[in-house]
Amino acid sequence: MTAVIIVPPSLDDKGFEHVLEQLASQPDDAKIIVDARHCTFGTPYGLTAMLTLGQTRAQKATFLPPIDGNVSTYWSRAGFFRYAEELFDIQGSVPRVRSTDEGDKLLGITPIAAAADVHLVVERIAEQARHILTTRLKLEPRAQMGFTMALSETVQNIVDHAGHAGWVMAQAYQYRQRLAGRWVAEIVVCDPGMGFRRSLEMGNRRPITDRWGDGLALETALIQGVSRFPDAGRGQGLKGTRGYIGRRNGMLTIRSGTARIGLIPTWDDSVPLQENLPYFPGAQLRVIIPGELAGGTP
Amino acid sequence: MTRIDVGSVLRNSANLPYRNLVTRSTGAAVRQCIELELAALPADETATLDFSQIGMMDFSCADEIVAKLLLDPPHGAPARTCGLVIFHGITDHHLEAIEDVLHHHGLAMVVHFADGGARLVGAVNDDERLMWELVYATGGTTVQALATRAGRAHTDTEQILELLHSRHLVRHAEQGYHPLGSLH
Repeated sequence: MTAVIIVPPSLDDKGFEHVLEQLASQPDDAKIIVDARHCTFGTPYGLTAMLTLGQTRAQKATFLPPIDGNVSTYWSRAGFFRYAEELFDIQGSVPRVRSTDEGDKLLGITPIAAAADVHLVVERIAEQARHILTTRLKLEPRAQMGFTMALSETVQNIVDHAGHAGWVMAQAYQYRQRLAGRWVAEIVVCDPGMGFRRSLEMGNRRPITDRWGDGLALETALIQGVSRFPDAGRGQGLKGTRGYIGRRNGMLTIRSGTARIGLIPTWDDSVPLQENLPYFPGAQLRVIIPGELAGGTP
Repeated sequence: MTRIDVGSVLRNSANLPYRNLVTRSTGAAVRQCIELELAALPADETATLDFSQIGMMDFSCADEIVAKLLLDPPHGAPARTCGLVIFHGITDHHLEAIEDVLHHHGLAMVVHFADGGARLVGAVNDDERLMWELVYATGGTTVQALATRAGRAHTDTEQILELLHSRHLVRHAEQGYHPLGSLH
């Protein structure tokens, strides 16, 4: 029997959880239809996570794209359909756009499989994003550099730990739901790989405790800076990224398996650790860096 | 003094067509090339690593290149053949990552600027920094002269200088202690 998974009107991090809740009872090889026809909004997280979902299906899922032409045009510009066509059986037409208008996109959806891809996204960001980061977010050069480093390190997480290809997207926008519409830059990195718990287990870095699970694995990696590699210097990337995000009053969330952990600033009311979520493989990481307030306060 | 252009090492020796030092694998490839060049130098030679052709460096590369070149080799590995390394062409674009990994490992390094100035970067306490600055301000002198200028006891001064020397941040010569890169 084919299950229909309804994509909510907002395909953001919360909307994607609704998708996963519906998916929870379906085995990987079940035939599913992902119905996004009534979706009116998609964030970088929603789009990259949706592609990741496509990667996890043993049997190609059917995908019904948004009816609203503006929405599907935006998804096309972001590069979603270009990759979705390989992962889903798309029913209905999708807009073909020439990606000449970059708008406020810092980096369209980009597949990541190897170290060379990390170089590629870093060079692309350096070329494309400087203007937006300077004029809209008003980040000084050192903060811009920190942003690029955060991008590099989070993307490397796929290459070093996932064991599977993943996706990155970065965008600048005015955050109207929070921060009184201030400009922010967002990085999203998603993969369907082994996830944090299995990565630590493979390196024999699992702490001795009865509490072991996805939540504690995320705490061990993010808060304690433990990497699956035993060298003293490993884990520096995530630790450094965490430091940069803290200094910029930014936000970092990582979802892996059945848990999500967050470094939550005062301007957001998310819970720092959520467990017992519907299972989703790999790691889905989201970074938000607010632009400067007048007077230079992040 | 030998100069190693890290940008050239990245593109030519490591054969990676990039301007930025990102990813741990890139860092490891560049460090291995630098280690080969350092190994060919006389033991008392100071090498300058020039980063002026490098766009940016991430935390993983800073750890793989800067920290691992400064760290003592692990037990059982061959000893470093060139103990003295100074850094040139370091900008704010590199410092964010470098300072972070230096503090993580408790390391420090000497950065030389194009105008001849120098700065100590990383994990050092106030006493070490003050003494290092005196060594650089004097261009190198005896322990007694440095003790007098610092207003400290001779034994205290010698202890701090010896610590700086063991961390490869100053040179030890017959007449006392000297900045890295100086001729005496």
